[in-house]
Amino acid sequence: MSTVISVAGLKKSYGANQAVNGVDLQISQGEIFALLGPNGAGKTTTVEILEGFRDRDSGEVKVLGFDPATKGSAAQAWRDRIGIVLQSTEDAGDLTVYESVSHFAKYYKSPKDPREVIDLVGLSEKVDALGRTLSGGQRRRLDVALGIIGSPELIFLDEPTTGFDPEARRAFWALIRNLRDEGATVLLTTHYLDEAEALADRVAVINHGKIIEVSTPELLGGRATSLATVSWREDGVTKSEKSENPTALVSQLAARFNGDVPELSVKRASLEDIYLEMIGGVNE
Amino acid sequence: MNKPTALSIGIQRGGLEIRQFMRQRESVVFTMLFPLILLAIFGSVFSNQIAEGVTFSQYFVAGMIASGLVNTGFQQLAIMIPMERDFGTLKRLRGTPMPASSYFIGKSILVTLSMLVQVFLLLAAGVAFFGVNLPTTADKWLILLALLVIGSACSTILGIAFSNVPKSGRGASAVVSPVVIVLQFFSGVFFIFTDLPQWMQQVAAIFPLKWMTQGARSVFLPDSFAAQEVAGSWETGRTFAIIGAWLVVGLIWAIRSFKWERQ
Repeated sequence: MSTVISVAGLKKSYGANQAVNGVDLQISQGEIFALLGPNGAGKTTTVEILEGFRDRDSGEVKVLGFDPATKGSAAQAWRDRIGIVLQSTEDAGDLTVYESVSHFAKYYKSPKDPREVIDLVGLSEKVDALGRTLSGGQRRRLDVALGIIGSPELIFLDEPTTGFDPEARRAFWALIRNLRDEGATVLLTTHYLDEAEALADRVAVINHGKIIEVSTPELLGGRATSLATVSWREDGVTKSEKSENPTALVSQLAARFNGDVPELSVKRASLEDIYLEMIGGVNE
Repeated sequence: MNKPTALSIGIQRGGLEIRQFMRQRESVVFTMLFPLILLAIFGSVFSNQIAEGVTFSQYFVAGMIASGLVNTGFQQLAIMIPMERDFGTLKRLRGTPMPASSYFIGKSILVTLSMLVQVFLLLAAGVAFFGVNLPTTADKWLILLALLVIGSACSTILGIAFSNVPKSGRGASAVVSPVVIVLQFFSGVFFIFTDLPQWMQQVAAIFPLKWMTQGARSVFLPDSFAAQEVAGSWETGRTFAIIGAWLVVGLIWAIRSFKWERQ
Protein backbone atom coordinates (compact mmCIF):
# COMPACT_ATOMS: atom_id res chain seq x y z
CA MET A 1 0.00 0.00 0.00
CA SER A 2 1.42 3.35 -0.95
CA THR A 3 1.45 6.25 1.46
CA VAL A 4 -1.11 8.92 0.61
CA ILE A 5 -0.46 11.34 3.46
CA SER A 6 2.81 11.64 5.28
CA VAL A 7 3.43 14.26 7.93
CA ALA A 8 6.56 14.67 10.03
CA GLY A 9 7.23 17.24 12.73
CA LEU A 10 4.41 19.52 11.63
CA LYS A 11 4.23 22.78 13.56
CA LYS A 12 1.98 25.79 13.32
CA SER A 13 1.39 28.60 15.77
CA TYR A 14 -0.91 31.60 15.84
CA GLY A 15 0.93 34.22 17.83
CA ALA A 16 1.67 32.68 21.21
CA ASN A 17 -0.73 29.81 20.63
CA GLN A 18 1.10 26.70 19.43
CA ALA A 19 -1.86 25.12 17.62
CA VAL A 20 0.06 22.21 16.12
CA ASN A 21 3.18 21.17 17.98
CA GLY A 22 5.00 18.37 16.19
CA VAL A 23 2.46 16.12 14.49
CA ASP A 24 3.57 12.93 12.71
CA LEU A 25 1.13 10.91 10.59
CA GLN A 26 1.25 8.22 7.91
CA ILE A 27 -1.95 7.36 6.08
CA SER A 28 -2.01 4.61 3.46
CA GLN A 29 -3.99 4.32 0.29
CA GLY A 30 -7.45 2.82 0.80
CA GLU A 31 -7.65 3.63 4.50
CA ILE A 32 -10.43 5.41 6.32
CA PHE A 33 -8.50 7.35 8.90
CA ALA A 34 -10.25 9.30 11.65
CA LEU A 35 -8.66 12.22 13.44
CA LEU A 36 -10.25 12.76 16.85
CA GLY A 37 -9.68 15.53 19.32
CA PRO A 38 -11.44 18.23 21.33
CA ASN A 39 -12.01 21.70 19.88
CA GLY A 40 -8.80 23.69 19.90
CA ALA A 41 -6.64 20.55 19.91
CA GLY A 42 -5.09 21.35 16.55
CA LYS A 43 -7.32 19.06 14.50
CA THR A 44 -8.70 21.66 12.12
CA THR A 45 -5.34 23.40 11.67
CA THR A 46 -3.67 20.08 10.82
CA VAL A 47 -6.35 19.15 8.32
CA GLU A 48 -6.37 22.61 6.74
CA ILE A 49 -2.60 22.42 6.23
CA LEU A 50 -3.07 19.05 4.50
CA GLU A 51 -5.84 20.57 2.35
CA GLY A 52 -3.57 23.42 1.29
CA PHE A 53 -5.72 26.11 2.94
CA ARG A 54 -3.10 27.06 5.50
CA ASP A 55 0.67 27.37 5.48
CA ARG A 56 2.77 25.58 8.08
CA ASP A 57 5.61 26.98 10.16
CA SER A 58 7.80 23.87 9.88
CA GLY A 59 7.74 20.15 9.23
CA GLU A 60 7.44 17.88 6.22
CA VAL A 61 4.07 17.33 4.56
CA LYS A 62 3.29 15.25 1.49
CA VAL A 63 -0.24 14.65 0.29
CA LEU A 64 -0.47 12.36 -2.76
CA GLY A 65 3.26 12.99 -3.13
CA PHE A 66 2.72 16.74 -3.30
CA ASP A 67 3.49 19.56 -0.91
CA PRO A 68 0.09 21.22 -0.31
CA ALA A 69 1.78 24.57 0.36
CA THR A 70 2.74 24.78 -3.34
CA LYS A 71 0.79 27.33 -5.33
CA GLY A 72 0.06 27.71 -9.02
CA SER A 73 -0.94 25.31 -11.77
CA ALA A 74 0.76 22.31 -10.12
CA ALA A 75 -1.56 22.87 -7.17
CA GLN A 76 -4.51 22.89 -9.54
CA ALA A 77 -3.54 19.46 -10.93
CA TRP A 78 -3.22 18.23 -7.35
CA ARG A 79 -6.65 19.61 -6.41
CA ASP A 80 -8.07 17.60 -9.28
CA ARG A 81 -7.18 14.46 -7.29
CA ILE A 82 -8.62 15.44 -3.92
CA GLY A 83 -12.13 16.12 -2.65
CA ILE A 84 -12.86 18.34 0.32
CA VAL A 85 -16.06 18.36 2.32
CA LEU A 86 -15.83 21.39 4.58
CA GLN A 87 -17.83 22.02 7.71
CA SER A 88 -21.34 23.21 7.04
CA THR A 89 -21.70 25.82 4.33
CA GLU A 90 -24.72 27.76 3.12
CA ASP A 91 -23.63 28.73 -0.35
CA ALA A 92 -25.42 28.32 -3.67
CA GLY A 93 -28.82 28.65 -2.04
CA ASP A 94 -30.25 29.94 -5.31
CA LEU A 95 -29.09 27.00 -7.39
CA THR A 96 -30.73 23.60 -7.64
CA VAL A 97 -28.95 20.49 -6.47
CA TYR A 98 -28.42 19.43 -10.07
CA GLU A 99 -27.13 22.83 -11.15
CA SER A 100 -24.55 22.88 -8.36
CA VAL A 101 -23.35 19.31 -8.81
CA SER A 102 -23.21 19.41 -12.62
CA HIS A 103 -21.40 22.74 -12.50
CA PHE A 104 -18.74 21.46 -10.09
CA ALA A 105 -18.28 18.44 -12.37
CA LYS A 106 -16.91 20.84 -14.98
CA TYR A 107 -13.94 21.72 -12.79
CA TYR A 108 -12.48 18.21 -12.97
CA LYS A 109 -10.66 16.13 -15.56
CA SER A 110 -12.63 12.95 -14.95
CA PRO A 111 -15.77 13.72 -13.00
CA LYS A 112 -18.39 11.21 -11.99
CA ASP A 113 -21.83 11.47 -13.55
CA PRO A 114 -23.78 14.19 -11.65
CA ARG A 115 -27.01 12.17 -11.62
CA GLU A 116 -25.22 9.13 -10.23
CA VAL A 117 -23.56 11.16 -7.49
CA ILE A 118 -26.89 12.75 -6.56
CA ASP A 119 -28.43 9.27 -6.34
CA LEU A 120 -25.44 8.03 -4.37
CA VAL A 121 -25.86 10.66 -1.64
CA GLY A 122 -29.61 10.07 -1.58
CA LEU A 123 -30.79 13.37 -3.03
CA SER A 124 -32.56 11.96 -6.12
CA GLU A 125 -35.86 13.37 -4.94
CA LYS A 126 -34.35 16.81 -4.39
CA VAL A 127 -32.51 17.05 -7.67
CA ASP A 128 -34.44 20.16 -8.76
CA ALA A 129 -34.80 21.73 -5.32
CA LEU A 130 -33.01 25.00 -4.57
CA GLY A 131 -30.15 24.74 -2.09
CA ARG A 132 -31.86 27.03 0.40
CA THR A 133 -34.93 24.77 0.61
CA LEU A 134 -32.90 21.74 1.76
CA SER A 135 -32.92 20.52 5.36
CA GLY A 136 -29.65 20.49 7.33
CA GLY A 137 -28.97 16.84 6.56
CA GLN A 138 -29.85 17.21 2.88
CA ARG A 139 -27.62 20.25 2.68
CA ARG A 140 -24.79 18.17 4.12
CA ARG A 141 -25.35 15.46 1.53
CA LEU A 142 -25.09 18.09 -1.19
CA ASP A 143 -21.75 19.15 0.35
CA VAL A 144 -20.62 15.52 0.13
CA ALA A 145 -21.81 15.25 -3.48
CA LEU A 146 -19.77 18.34 -4.38
CA GLY A 147 -16.76 16.84 -2.59
CA ILE A 148 -16.80 13.53 -4.46
CA ILE A 149 -17.97 14.63 -7.93
CA GLY A 150 -14.37 14.83 -9.20
CA SER A 151 -13.60 11.12 -8.50
CA PRO A 152 -11.04 12.05 -5.82
CA GLU A 153 -8.24 9.69 -4.77
CA LEU A 154 -8.28 11.32 -1.36
CA ILE A 155 -11.34 12.69 0.42
CA PHE A 156 -11.30 15.02 3.40
CA LEU A 157 -14.48 14.85 5.45
CA ASP A 158 -14.98 17.41 8.19
CA GLU A 159 -17.84 16.50 10.54
CA PRO A 160 -19.71 14.96 7.61
CA THR A 161 -22.86 13.67 9.32
CA THR A 162 -23.85 16.64 11.48
CA GLY A 163 -27.63 16.97 11.22
CA PHE A 164 -28.21 13.46 9.84
CA ASP A 165 -30.90 11.20 11.22
CA PRO A 166 -29.67 7.69 12.22
CA GLU A 167 -30.85 6.10 8.99
CA ALA A 168 -29.15 8.73 6.84
CA ARG A 169 -25.95 8.31 8.84
CA ARG A 170 -25.89 4.57 8.16
CA ALA A 171 -26.53 5.16 4.48
CA PHE A 172 -23.74 7.72 4.49
CA TRP A 173 -21.31 5.33 6.16
CA ALA A 174 -22.09 2.74 3.49
CA LEU A 175 -21.35 5.38 0.85
CA ILE A 176 -17.97 6.18 2.38
CA ARG A 177 -17.03 2.50 2.69
CA ASN A 178 -18.01 2.12 -0.93
CA LEU A 179 -15.68 4.94 -1.98
CA ARG A 180 -12.91 3.34 0.06
CA ASP A 181 -13.55 -0.02 -1.61
CA GLU A 182 -13.13 1.71 -4.96
CA GLY A 183 -9.65 2.70 -3.83
CA ALA A 184 -10.15 6.16 -2.32
CA THR A 185 -8.46 7.18 0.91
CA VAL A 186 -10.56 9.04 3.46
CA LEU A 187 -9.42 11.40 6.20
CA LEU A 188 -12.31 11.96 8.55
CA THR A 189 -12.63 14.36 11.44
CA THR A 190 -15.62 13.83 13.63
CA HIS A 191 -17.02 14.45 17.08
CA TYR A 192 -19.08 11.27 16.91
CA LEU A 193 -17.06 8.45 18.40
CA ASP A 194 -19.53 5.85 17.16
CA GLU A 195 -18.93 7.17 13.67
CA ALA A 196 -15.18 6.76 14.04
CA GLU A 197 -15.72 3.28 15.42
CA ALA A 198 -18.08 2.26 12.62
CA LEU A 199 -16.03 3.71 9.78
CA ALA A 200 -12.39 4.09 10.60
CA ASP A 201 -9.69 1.52 9.93
CA ARG A 202 -7.43 3.56 12.20
CA VAL A 203 -7.96 6.51 14.51
CA ALA A 204 -5.56 9.13 15.83
CA VAL A 205 -6.25 11.18 18.93
CA ILE A 206 -4.82 14.69 18.92
CA ASN A 207 -4.67 17.02 21.91
CA HIS A 208 -2.66 20.16 22.69
CA GLY A 209 -1.27 20.08 19.16
CA LYS A 210 0.20 16.58 19.44
CA ILE A 211 -0.88 13.11 18.40
CA ILE A 212 -1.36 11.09 21.59
CA GLU A 213 -1.97 7.75 19.96
CA VAL A 214 -2.66 6.12 16.61
CA SER A 215 -4.41 2.78 16.65
CA THR A 216 -7.40 0.82 15.43
CA PRO A 217 -10.68 1.74 17.16
CA GLU A 218 -10.63 -1.67 18.93
CA LEU A 219 -7.15 -1.27 20.41
CA LEU A 220 -7.04 2.45 21.14
CA GLY A 221 -5.94 3.33 24.67
CA GLY A 222 -5.62 -0.33 25.70
CA ARG A 223 -9.33 -0.71 25.18
CA ALA A 224 -9.19 -4.44 24.37
CA THR A 225 -7.49 -5.21 27.66
CA SER A 226 -9.37 -2.71 29.79
CA LEU A 227 -11.54 -4.01 32.61
CA ALA A 228 -14.97 -5.19 31.62
CA THR A 229 -18.03 -4.17 33.57
CA VAL A 230 -20.42 -7.01 34.42
CA SER A 231 -23.81 -5.94 35.72
CA TRP A 232 -26.89 -7.84 36.82
CA ARG A 233 -29.98 -7.47 38.98
CA GLU A 234 -30.04 -8.90 42.46
CA ASP A 235 -32.33 -8.23 45.47
CA GLY A 236 -34.20 -5.57 43.48
CA VAL A 237 -31.10 -3.45 42.71
CA THR A 238 -28.67 -3.31 39.78
CA LYS A 239 -25.23 -4.45 40.80
CA SER A 240 -22.05 -4.10 38.78
CA GLU A 241 -18.49 -5.20 39.11
CA LYS A 242 -15.34 -4.45 37.10
CA SER A 243 -13.40 -7.52 36.20
CA GLU A 244 -10.25 -8.58 34.42
CA ASN A 245 -11.84 -11.92 33.74
CA PRO A 246 -15.54 -11.38 33.07
CA THR A 247 -16.06 -14.97 31.84
CA ALA A 248 -15.19 -16.37 35.26
CA LEU A 249 -17.42 -13.82 36.98
CA VAL A 250 -20.35 -14.70 34.71
CA SER A 251 -19.87 -18.44 35.44
CA GLN A 252 -19.89 -17.73 39.16
CA LEU A 253 -23.06 -15.68 38.79
CA ALA A 254 -24.68 -18.40 36.71
CA ALA A 255 -23.85 -20.93 39.37
CA ARG A 256 -25.16 -18.65 42.14
CA PHE A 257 -28.45 -17.94 40.34
CA ASN A 258 -28.60 -21.56 39.26
CA GLY A 259 -29.08 -20.68 35.58
CA ASP A 260 -30.43 -17.41 34.29
CA VAL A 261 -28.76 -14.24 35.67
CA PRO A 262 -31.38 -11.42 35.65
CA GLU A 263 -30.53 -8.48 33.34
CA LEU A 264 -26.98 -9.72 32.76
CA SER A 265 -24.70 -7.53 30.66
CA VAL A 266 -20.94 -7.48 30.02
CA LYS A 267 -19.53 -4.21 28.71
CA ARG A 268 -16.08 -3.22 27.59
CA ALA A 269 -15.13 0.45 27.69
CA SER A 270 -16.63 2.24 24.70
CA LEU A 271 -14.40 4.18 22.35
CA GLU A 272 -15.92 7.29 23.89
CA ASP A 273 -14.91 6.23 27.43
CA ILE A 274 -11.36 5.58 26.30
CA TYR A 275 -11.24 8.80 24.30
CA LEU A 276 -12.51 10.95 27.17
CA GLU A 277 -9.97 9.35 29.46
CA MET A 278 -7.18 10.06 26.97
CA ILE A 279 -7.97 13.73 26.54
CA GLY A 280 -8.34 14.20 30.27
CA GLY A 281 -12.08 13.86 30.56
CA VAL A 282 -12.64 17.33 29.17
CA ASN A 283 -14.48 17.54 25.90
CA GLU A 284 -15.24 21.21 25.45
CA MET B 1 -11.36 14.14 -21.13
CA ASN B 2 -9.58 17.44 -21.57
CA LYS B 3 -9.62 19.85 -18.71
CA PRO B 4 -11.64 22.94 -19.54
CA THR B 5 -9.84 26.27 -19.70
CA ALA B 6 -10.07 29.08 -17.16
CA LEU B 7 -12.06 31.08 -19.70
CA SER B 8 -14.61 28.39 -20.48
CA ILE B 9 -15.16 27.69 -16.77
CA GLY B 10 -15.39 31.45 -16.21
CA ILE B 11 -18.12 31.75 -18.83
CA GLN B 12 -19.98 28.86 -17.19
CA ARG B 13 -19.64 30.64 -13.87
CA GLY B 14 -20.99 33.81 -15.46
CA GLY B 15 -24.13 31.95 -16.50
CA LEU B 16 -24.48 30.58 -12.99
CA GLU B 17 -23.96 34.01 -11.42
CA ILE B 18 -26.68 35.52 -13.60
CA ARG B 19 -29.06 32.67 -12.79
CA GLN B 20 -28.48 33.15 -9.06
CA PHE B 21 -28.86 36.91 -9.39
CA MET B 22 -32.19 36.58 -11.17
CA ARG B 23 -33.46 34.26 -8.45
CA GLN B 24 -32.82 36.86 -5.73
CA ARG B 25 -35.69 39.23 -6.28
CA GLU B 26 -34.51 41.77 -3.70
CA SER B 27 -31.19 42.21 -5.47
CA VAL B 28 -32.86 42.53 -8.86
CA VAL B 29 -35.16 45.22 -7.51
CA PHE B 30 -32.43 47.00 -5.57
CA THR B 31 -29.88 47.05 -8.35
CA MET B 32 -32.15 47.58 -11.34
CA LEU B 33 -35.19 49.52 -10.19
CA PHE B 34 -33.76 51.84 -7.56
CA PRO B 35 -31.90 54.04 -10.08
CA LEU B 36 -35.10 54.32 -12.10
CA ILE B 37 -37.03 55.37 -9.03
CA LEU B 38 -34.39 58.03 -8.33
CA LEU B 39 -34.61 59.20 -11.92
CA ALA B 40 -38.39 59.45 -11.63
CA ILE B 41 -38.15 61.48 -8.41
CA PHE B 42 -35.37 63.85 -9.47
CA GLY B 43 -36.74 64.18 -12.99
CA SER B 44 -40.14 65.23 -11.62
CA VAL B 45 -38.90 67.52 -8.85
CA PHE B 46 -36.32 69.44 -10.88
CA SER B 47 -37.87 70.05 -14.26
CA ASN B 48 -35.97 73.31 -14.82
CA GLN B 49 -33.40 74.09 -17.50
CA ILE B 50 -29.91 74.48 -16.07
CA ALA B 51 -28.45 75.94 -19.25
CA GLU B 52 -29.50 76.68 -22.81
CA GLY B 53 -31.12 73.43 -24.03
CA VAL B 54 -30.04 71.37 -21.01
CA THR B 55 -32.66 70.12 -18.58
CA PHE B 56 -31.76 68.89 -15.12
CA SER B 57 -33.02 65.45 -16.19
CA GLN B 58 -30.42 65.37 -18.94
CA TYR B 59 -27.71 66.29 -16.44
CA PHE B 60 -29.05 63.77 -13.95
CA VAL B 61 -29.25 60.87 -16.43
CA ALA B 62 -25.56 61.35 -17.23
CA GLY B 63 -24.80 61.16 -13.49
CA MET B 64 -27.03 58.12 -13.00
CA ILE B 65 -25.32 56.25 -15.83
CA ALA B 66 -21.98 56.90 -14.16
CA SER B 67 -23.53 55.78 -10.85
CA GLY B 68 -24.75 52.66 -12.64
CA LEU B 69 -21.15 51.73 -13.31
CA VAL B 70 -20.43 52.05 -9.59
CA ASN B 71 -23.61 50.29 -8.46
CA THR B 72 -23.34 47.24 -10.69
CA GLY B 73 -19.58 46.80 -10.21
CA PHE B 74 -18.18 48.25 -7.02
CA GLN B 75 -21.29 48.20 -4.85
CA GLN B 76 -22.65 44.87 -6.04
CA LEU B 77 -19.36 42.97 -5.69
CA ALA B 78 -18.16 44.63 -2.48
CA ILE B 79 -21.41 43.46 -0.84
CA MET B 80 -21.77 40.09 -2.57
CA ILE B 81 -18.22 38.77 -2.17
CA PRO B 82 -18.07 39.19 1.65
CA MET B 83 -21.36 37.28 1.85
CA GLU B 84 -19.94 34.49 -0.28
CA ARG B 85 -16.88 34.50 1.94
CA ASP B 86 -19.13 34.05 5.00
CA PHE B 87 -21.19 31.32 3.35
CA GLY B 88 -18.06 29.29 2.59
CA THR B 89 -18.56 29.59 -1.18
CA LEU B 90 -15.09 30.98 -1.72
CA LYS B 91 -13.34 28.47 0.50
CA ARG B 92 -15.11 25.60 -1.22
CA LEU B 93 -14.12 26.90 -4.65
CA ARG B 94 -10.54 27.29 -3.45
CA GLY B 95 -10.54 23.59 -2.62
CA THR B 96 -11.41 22.60 -6.19
CA PRO B 97 -9.20 22.74 -9.29
CA MET B 98 -11.21 25.72 -10.56
CA PRO B 99 -8.72 28.39 -11.70
CA ALA B 100 -9.06 31.51 -9.53
CA SER B 101 -9.42 33.66 -12.64
CA SER B 102 -12.63 31.79 -13.57
CA TYR B 103 -14.31 33.15 -10.47
CA PHE B 104 -13.44 36.73 -11.45
CA ILE B 105 -14.43 36.15 -15.08
CA GLY B 106 -17.83 34.95 -13.82
CA LYS B 107 -18.23 38.06 -11.67
CA SER B 108 -17.23 40.31 -14.59
CA ILE B 109 -19.87 38.72 -16.78
CA LEU B 110 -22.50 39.35 -14.11
CA VAL B 111 -21.37 42.97 -13.73
CA THR B 112 -21.28 43.58 -17.49
CA LEU B 113 -24.75 42.23 -18.02
CA SER B 114 -26.31 44.09 -15.10
CA MET B 115 -24.49 47.28 -16.15
CA LEU B 116 -25.80 47.04 -19.71
CA VAL B 117 -29.35 46.39 -18.52
CA GLN B 118 -29.15 49.30 -16.11
CA VAL B 119 -27.77 51.75 -18.68
CA PHE B 120 -30.39 50.63 -21.17
CA LEU B 121 -33.22 51.08 -18.65
CA LEU B 122 -31.98 54.54 -17.64
CA LEU B 123 -31.67 55.69 -21.23
CA ALA B 124 -35.02 54.21 -22.20
CA ALA B 125 -36.82 55.81 -19.23
CA GLY B 126 -34.95 59.09 -19.76
CA VAL B 127 -35.91 59.29 -23.42
CA ALA B 128 -39.46 58.10 -22.90
CA PHE B 129 -40.43 60.23 -19.88
CA PHE B 130 -37.94 63.04 -19.34
CA GLY B 131 -37.04 64.27 -22.80
CA VAL B 132 -33.44 63.10 -22.61
CA ASN B 133 -31.54 63.47 -25.90
CA LEU B 134 -29.30 60.64 -27.05
CA PRO B 135 -25.91 61.43 -28.56
CA THR B 136 -26.09 62.11 -32.29
CA THR B 137 -22.50 61.70 -33.44
CA ALA B 138 -20.41 58.55 -33.81
CA ASP B 139 -17.54 59.85 -31.69
CA LYS B 140 -19.91 60.59 -28.78
CA TRP B 141 -21.18 57.01 -28.95
CA LEU B 142 -17.58 55.82 -29.08
CA ILE B 143 -16.73 57.80 -25.95
CA LEU B 144 -19.80 56.33 -24.25
CA LEU B 145 -18.70 52.82 -25.22
CA ALA B 146 -15.16 53.43 -23.93
CA LEU B 147 -16.55 54.92 -20.74
CA LEU B 148 -18.78 51.89 -20.14
CA VAL B 149 -15.96 49.42 -20.82
CA ILE B 150 -13.17 51.12 -18.87
CA GLY B 151 -15.46 52.51 -16.18
CA SER B 152 -17.12 49.16 -15.55
CA ALA B 153 -13.76 47.36 -15.48
CA CYS B 154 -12.45 49.91 -12.96
CA SER B 155 -15.59 49.59 -10.85
CA THR B 156 -15.45 45.77 -10.93
CA ILE B 157 -11.80 45.61 -9.88
CA LEU B 158 -12.36 48.14 -7.09
CA GLY B 159 -15.37 46.13 -5.88
CA ILE B 160 -13.26 42.98 -5.69
CA ALA B 161 -10.49 44.87 -3.87
CA PHE B 162 -12.92 46.57 -1.47
CA SER B 163 -14.59 43.23 -0.68
CA ASN B 164 -11.85 42.70 1.93
CA VAL B 165 -12.83 45.80 3.86
CA PRO B 166 -16.18 44.73 5.40
CA LYS B 167 -15.59 42.40 8.35
CA SER B 168 -18.61 40.25 7.55
CA GLY B 169 -21.15 39.63 4.83
CA ARG B 170 -23.94 40.89 7.04
CA GLY B 171 -22.21 44.21 7.63
CA ALA B 172 -21.01 44.66 4.06
CA SER B 173 -23.89 46.73 2.82
CA ALA B 174 -23.62 49.06 5.83
CA VAL B 175 -19.96 49.68 4.97
CA VAL B 176 -20.24 49.89 1.20
CA SER B 177 -23.49 51.78 0.60
CA PRO B 178 -22.52 54.95 2.52
CA VAL B 179 -19.25 55.13 0.59
CA VAL B 180 -21.19 55.04 -2.67
CA ILE B 181 -23.87 57.49 -1.58
CA VAL B 182 -21.38 60.03 -0.24
CA LEU B 183 -19.36 59.78 -3.44
CA GLN B 184 -22.53 60.30 -5.46
CA PHE B 185 -23.27 63.53 -3.58
CA PHE B 186 -19.67 64.73 -3.88
CA SER B 187 -19.34 63.80 -7.54
CA GLY B 188 -22.24 65.82 -8.91
CA VAL B 189 -24.74 63.04 -9.45
CA PHE B 190 -27.57 64.59 -7.44
CA PHE B 191 -26.50 68.23 -7.74
CA ILE B 192 -24.77 70.25 -10.37
CA PHE B 193 -21.10 69.62 -9.72
CA THR B 194 -19.97 73.23 -10.11
CA ASP B 195 -22.60 74.32 -7.54
CA LEU B 196 -20.90 72.22 -4.85
CA PRO B 197 -18.44 73.77 -2.38
CA GLN B 198 -14.84 73.91 -3.61
CA TRP B 199 -13.51 71.45 -1.06
CA MET B 200 -16.17 68.90 -2.03
CA GLN B 201 -15.22 69.23 -5.67
CA GLN B 202 -11.57 68.74 -4.79
CA VAL B 203 -12.25 65.63 -2.71
CA ALA B 204 -14.46 64.20 -5.46
CA ALA B 205 -11.75 64.79 -8.06
CA ILE B 206 -9.58 62.19 -6.32
CA PHE B 207 -12.13 59.42 -6.93
CA PRO B 208 -13.23 57.89 -10.22
CA LEU B 209 -16.97 58.58 -9.94
CA LYS B 210 -16.53 62.31 -10.51
CA TRP B 211 -14.67 61.55 -13.72
CA MET B 212 -17.23 58.98 -14.80
CA THR B 213 -20.04 61.53 -14.38
CA GLN B 214 -18.04 64.16 -16.24
CA GLY B 215 -17.34 61.66 -19.01
CA ALA B 216 -21.02 60.80 -19.22
CA ARG B 217 -21.91 64.51 -19.38
CA SER B 218 -19.50 64.94 -22.27
CA VAL B 219 -21.60 62.36 -24.11
CA PHE B 220 -25.11 63.47 -23.18
CA LEU B 221 -24.80 67.24 -22.86
CA PRO B 222 -24.22 69.63 -25.77
CA ASP B 223 -20.60 70.71 -26.27
CA SER B 224 -21.61 74.26 -25.41
CA PHE B 225 -22.05 73.07 -21.82
CA ALA B 226 -18.35 72.14 -21.57
CA ALA B 227 -17.62 75.79 -20.84
CA GLN B 228 -19.53 75.39 -17.56
CA GLU B 229 -17.35 72.52 -16.30
CA VAL B 230 -14.66 73.23 -13.73
CA ALA B 231 -11.86 73.31 -16.29
CA GLY B 232 -14.01 74.92 -18.95
CA SER B 233 -13.69 71.77 -21.07
CA TRP B 234 -14.70 68.10 -20.94
CA GLU B 235 -11.14 66.97 -20.11
CA THR B 236 -11.74 63.68 -21.92
CA GLY B 237 -8.08 62.61 -21.85
CA ARG B 238 -7.71 63.30 -18.14
CA THR B 239 -11.02 61.53 -17.45
CA PHE B 240 -9.81 58.29 -18.98
CA ALA B 241 -6.34 58.64 -17.48
CA ILE B 242 -7.74 58.92 -13.94
CA ILE B 243 -10.25 56.09 -14.36
CA GLY B 244 -7.44 53.99 -15.87
CA ALA B 245 -5.14 54.83 -12.96
CA TRP B 246 -7.80 53.67 -10.49
CA LEU B 247 -8.15 50.48 -12.49
CA VAL B 248 -4.43 49.79 -12.00
CA VAL B 249 -4.57 50.70 -8.31
CA GLY B 250 -7.58 48.43 -7.87
CA LEU B 251 -5.84 45.57 -9.63
CA ILE B 252 -2.77 45.75 -7.40
CA TRP B 253 -4.92 46.18 -4.31
CA ALA B 254 -7.16 43.23 -5.25
CA ILE B 255 -4.26 40.90 -6.05
CA ARG B 256 -2.49 41.71 -2.80
CA SER B 257 -5.45 41.58 -0.48
CA PHE B 258 -7.99 39.10 -1.84
CA LYS B 259 -8.94 36.43 0.71
CA TRP B 260 -10.81 33.22 0.00
CA GLU B 261 -11.69 32.72 3.62
CA ARG B 262 -13.19 34.79 6.37
CA GLN B 263 -10.40 35.70 8.76
